[in-house]
Amino acid sequence: MGVSVPTQAAPERGTQTRIGAAFAPAMSALRSLEVDTRLLGMLGALLLIWVGFNILSGGTFLSARNLWNLSVQSASIAIMATGMVLIIVSRNIDLSVGSMLGFLGYTMAMIQAVWIPNDLGFGHEQPLTWIITLVLGIALGALIGGLQGFVVAYGGVPSFIVTLGGLLVWRGLIFRYAQGQTIAPMESTFQMLGGGTVGTRVGALGEWPSWTLGIVLCLAIVYLQISSRRRRRRYAFPVRPLWAEGLVGAVSCGIVLGVVWVANSYPLPVNVALQYAEEHGITVPPGGLFIPTGVAFPVLIMLIVTLVVTFLATRRRFGRYVYAIGGNPDAAALAGINVRRTIMLTFALMGSLAAISAAVQTARLNAAVTNLGVQNELDVISAAVIGGTSFSGGIGTVPGAILGAVVMQSLRSGMVLLLVDSPTQDIVVGLVLVVAVGLDTFVRRGVR
Amino acid sequence: MLTQTTPTPAPVTQRVPLVEMRNIQVSFGGVRAVGGVSIDLYAGEVVGLVGGNGAGKSTLMRTLSGARPPDSGQIVINGQPVTIGNPRDAKALGIETIYQTLALADNLDAPANVFLGREVTAATTLDDAAMESATRKVIGRLNPNFKNFKAPVLRLSGGQRQAVAIARAIHFNARVLIMDEPTAALGPAETAQVHTLIRQLKSEGIGIFLVSHDIHDVFDLSERISVMYHGKLVGTVNKNDVTTDEVLGMIILGKPPTKLTQQDLAELHG
Repeated sequence: MGVSVPTQAAPERGTQTRIGAAFAPAMSALRSLEVDTRLLGMLGALLLIWVGFNILSGGTFLSARNLWNLSVQSASIAIMATGMVLIIVSRNIDLSVGSMLGFLGYTMAMIQAVWIPNDLGFGHEQPLTWIITLVLGIALGALIGGLQGFVVAYGGVPSFIVTLGGLLVWRGLIFRYAQGQTIAPMESTFQMLGGGTVGTRVGALGEWPSWTLGIVLCLAIVYLQISSRRRRRRYAFPVRPLWAEGLVGAVSCGIVLGVVWVANSYPLPVNVALQYAEEHGITVPPGGLFIPTGVAFPVLIMLIVTLVVTFLATRRRFGRYVYAIGGNPDAAALAGINVRRTIMLTFALMGSLAAISAAVQTARLNAAVTNLGVQNELDVISAAVIGGTSFSGGIGTVPGAILGAVVMQSLRSGMVLLLVDSPTQDIVVGLVLVVAVGLDTFVRRGVR
Repeated sequence: MLTQTTPTPAPVTQRVPLVEMRNIQVSFGGVRAVGGVSIDLYAGEVVGLVGGNGAGKSTLMRTLSGARPPDSGQIVINGQPVTIGNPRDAKALGIETIYQTLALADNLDAPANVFLGREVTAATTLDDAAMESATRKVIGRLNPNFKNFKAPVLRLSGGQRQAVAIARAIHFNARVLIMDEPTAALGPAETAQVHTLIRQLKSEGIGIFLVSHDIHDVFDLSERISVMYHGKLVGTVNKNDVTTDEVLGMIILGKPPTKLTQQDLAELHG
């Protein structure tokens, strides 16, 4: 008996190990890279989408112009998606972000276009108007987000209900005090936040500051790698093999510099460039003037938000507690974590991020309209979920949500290029959302 | 090897108890879960807390761990009356708890769970390396085969998860340890490991409340046994003075040994 059993099992196991052996070097290489395989999978999917659209659109999709616009369009959803990750990770939901965005955008428009210049009598185009507007907007966002969070955490009302109420209330308030009016124009420095142009001022970094940003980011990546290695060495923990460390660093820096390169390959519009040349006494060469636009301000803002929220999520107690609450709320409470305060803070953070997105959107439109941000909550939640955030709580990453936002926007923008009508776009995006989450659940169950 | 006959230092009456719980009452919406229970615990002692389902033993322990403050009654630690309003208060007093459910955040790794609520920080950011290092040390003591310090505890075996929960309780210099059914989910080898650990902790002067269904575990490990029945304390007995049958009688019939009749004992086995 004891002999016959293994011989029966042997052939089967043989094929398995043979298949396993074929993949083994790749798998072990991947393991020593210690990268998030799901993030890698999403990058792969994004690449597929990009290449597919590029072929279908005859090379238009991967043009600098389209990618630059794509980055700007993704930014405002991506900014909010970073906060939505933390909300969903802690087993809550915020349906009010679109309405909050509308309300906050409206308020910020009133501050700069009516209250500061007219009611307070300071006049238009004051140097501090944009920053005062932005700071007040972010503070108000934190306040109304925190208010919703307070009702959820201390009142014990489910977040779905509270924020569904918020969705109606904030939108209703806009209609009440705007009376259907559009508030415009925005102050010109404020407009830069949207990435547009006013005269010869451009809402982007320009060529050399963009390269500088790219290089600084690369240095930061390398520094973080070295310091993390040194810390693990000090405790005699295993570290990545050097080749893996080098590869991860090189690929990360490559992506950063690639983004900068694309942004710098997108020239300023002809008339803006001509005006710029005139003002700066540049003679226009016969082939036309190529002035690189550089990284757009909305993208820069998104980058800063991503870094800040990632830092909060992974390096601070606050983030650790958010994930612990999502994993096991009872355990978190028994560990002495102030669960209620933590939940309230996630909503306050969400509110302030909605304010930042509101600034980007009103600046881009150069106006606040009553339907600003309508249905944004769906895009934001979709971005977080496509990015791997799980509704069962405790799982989700900020970079994943950013990728999710870019995937969503790529689909929309690609379909616009292919002249797909808007109802069909919705159908496709809806299907992709369900399929993406279904696939992810399937794969994760397999891993367990 | 430790044997059953190891003489246990009987608590001398003039020593100050590590923990005194006096007349503790807890009600849930009109239902009295714990009705005026008083028990105590000395340093270096294991007190077994036994009783049937719903007897109130876990609820009583939750008042000590801060999970559910008592409605009335007094808790005295080392002769000092204290108020334990939440788990943080309990931990500040050196009272650590290993819950039956283990109370782990499944999505986090072992170091994050061990230090949950008490993270080590360097310049206000989490010092994960320091926490991992400390976790490797303390878990290494409990289970030398433990290797997965980076995996979510969800992926660990029952015994490894138990090790994480125990590590969390003993890493912070506990004076009082509450163990709620510490071996309920474990195999024989792992149970033996936990028994060894309990004896070791006891020898270090830690007082342990051992909540258990398993009467043999309790007889094996504790000096004294407190029995609860329907939210009341039936009595606290010295292990060496009673038989398992007498304790079973206390658990099932709610009668102290002196009031147990021969007929009662016969019914227990009937």
